[in-house]
Amino acid sequence: MYVAVKGGERAIENAHAWLAEERRGNTDVAELSIAQIREQLSLAVNRVMAEGSLYDPDLAALAIKQAQGDLIEAIFLIRAYRTTLPRFGASEPVDTGMMACDRRISATFKDLPGGQVLGPTFDYTHRLLDFKLAADGEVPKAPSRDAGTATVPHVTEFLNREGLIEEAPHDDTPPPDLTREPLEMPADRALRLQALTRADEGFTLGLAYSTQRGYGRNHAFVGELRIGSVPVEMDIPELGFAVEIGEVILTECETVNQFTGSKTEPPQFTRGYGLVFGQTERKAISMALVDRALRWEELGEDNVGAPAQDTEFVLYHADNIQATGFLEHIKLPHYVDFQSELELVRKLRREAGAQQVQEAAE
Amino acid sequence: MTEYNFAYLDEQTKRMIRRAILKGLAIPGYQVPFASREMPMPYGWGTGGVQVSAAVLTPKDTFKVIDQGADDTTNAVSIRTFFQRTAGVATTTATSDATVIQTRHRIPEERLHEGQILVYQVPIPEPLRFLEPRESETRKMHSLEEYGLMHVKLYEDISRHGHIATSYAYPVKVEGRYVMDPSPIPKFDNPKLGDMAAIQLFGAGREQRIYALPPYTQVVSLDFEDHPFEASKADHPCGMCGATDSYLDELIIDDAGGRMFVCSDTDYCEARQSAGHKGKDAA
Repeated sequence: MYVAVKGGERAIENAHAWLAEERRGNTDVAELSIAQIREQLSLAVNRVMAEGSLYDPDLAALAIKQAQGDLIEAIFLIRAYRTTLPRFGASEPVDTGMMACDRRISATFKDLPGGQVLGPTFDYTHRLLDFKLAADGEVPKAPSRDAGTATVPHVTEFLNREGLIEEAPHDDTPPPDLTREPLEMPADRALRLQALTRADEGFTLGLAYSTQRGYGRNHAFVGELRIGSVPVEMDIPELGFAVEIGEVILTECETVNQFTGSKTEPPQFTRGYGLVFGQTERKAISMALVDRALRWEELGEDNVGAPAQDTEFVLYHADNIQATGFLEHIKLPHYVDFQSELELVRKLRREAGAQQVQEAAE
Repeated sequence: MTEYNFAYLDEQTKRMIRRAILKGLAIPGYQVPFASREMPMPYGWGTGGVQVSAAVLTPKDTFKVIDQGADDTTNAVSIRTFFQRTAGVATTTATSDATVIQTRHRIPEERLHEGQILVYQVPIPEPLRFLEPRESETRKMHSLEEYGLMHVKLYEDISRHGHIATSYAYPVKVEGRYVMDPSPIPKFDNPKLGDMAAIQLFGAGREQRIYALPPYTQVVSLDFEDHPFEASKADHPCGMCGATDSYLDELIIDDAGGRMFVCSDTDYCEARQSAGHKGKDAA
């Protein structure tokens, strides 16, 4: 006997209560603090800030705690929060040439002004589980030296002096705002970069990797990768000049790509660019490779039909909040659509069956 | 909830959405791009409909939410609760009492009247999407009224299966101009789209599109003269209320695969039952 299903409301409440309990885990174990997450899971915090498009380490840490460590869920929480925030204005463009670098490496020159600074990196660590950490996480203090005051010039500027790399002309056109206007095609480079900087790390990595393996191959050298803090300035109309309102940590990657010339451009090196909130170098390098692949049209290259060359494909599928929402919506009831498919399949089968019977009789 | 504006969205965002709605009403069936916001529920779970509802709701409105025709499915409950909390509006399950009805995949059985607004949640607003994945191409096809591809697809269905093999999200033509996706309603509901007294608004959040049908708009389901459109449903009466004119859900009721059919529109079914109608499976 069928009784109409009621009580969805209570089921939801109970499910959420259970979720909260699961999130907390065994209460014999001390609860995580926001500060612990911010300080000790900082790379997760960075990813949430980058893809959540909101620079706030404490809120990102809170989101990670609330999302039980599910980073896409945490990014979603941040996105849903940021969209409700009022806009006071826009900052001046940040100058990454002024960056106080924690890390700065070039794969194209052995040594260069500003030097190679490895910084806090997983590179060259042997990936051996450190069982000591399971017992005691305290570490000795790392050696340090004075940071120095010299600004660190961009590597691509050296190449530019010889005219070996394409110009990156200065452009003061305000970029379109992806979060305030619908994404429409064709997308210019500013809009593409904006979409890529908040794109899913895994998707961007996969696309970048595909260009390395030959799907729209364009060999990239990491001209420079730098991580550090830059001052953010905002023009205050009442004052009539820009004042520094804070600092953000950024990862910037500039790739130098082989280019033998095309119908419209001379042989020279070309650029790919990645800029991401926080220490997020896998993402920044991936972004630079995908950026370069998407530039085939303006450089007069052939479209070889590679996924990473397809702006619509890349931009419409790179956002993990859109993707996960639509993917997971198939969990919702589809009784009605499924019922109409059932009717159709039954009807087609009935007719196919009748036809076979008739053919057999003949 | 005082930390958020009435109906969650800030007034500027609502104004932007209302502009898109007005443009949509002025060009029935045309997909208007709008700057969809991240909502506190996932994309694909009705964020387009929620944004449209948020933009049209006023404190005096009475709000109804259905999912698959039912008021009590989990996502309908969740969206209704959201607006109870953020807008404090009255809610109802009675179709005729509601001034704004948000729906997923169904049009209520009861005829809507003037002054009501029906808000659809739309997953893929582009009826040509599965024929041409590129947005730049499909927009061109709409502006040139180039709908041949759609007719070829429907014709191929007929030549292969003897029927048009589309049973939901069945494409329609609006006022002889735009081909429109009616959202994944069963084609049984298609005839209700045209000449409707209520305003129909369609919101696709993830795809950032809004489109609309003003009251009494001509809406025609695509077909051929020798293969006319047919609104189909399961060939049974409702097991609970005996209705023969409503769209039915099929339920499996025992291990032997026994089945019964009941109205998908829960309000319609309950109203009939309390008026004394009884189906063969009713207690």
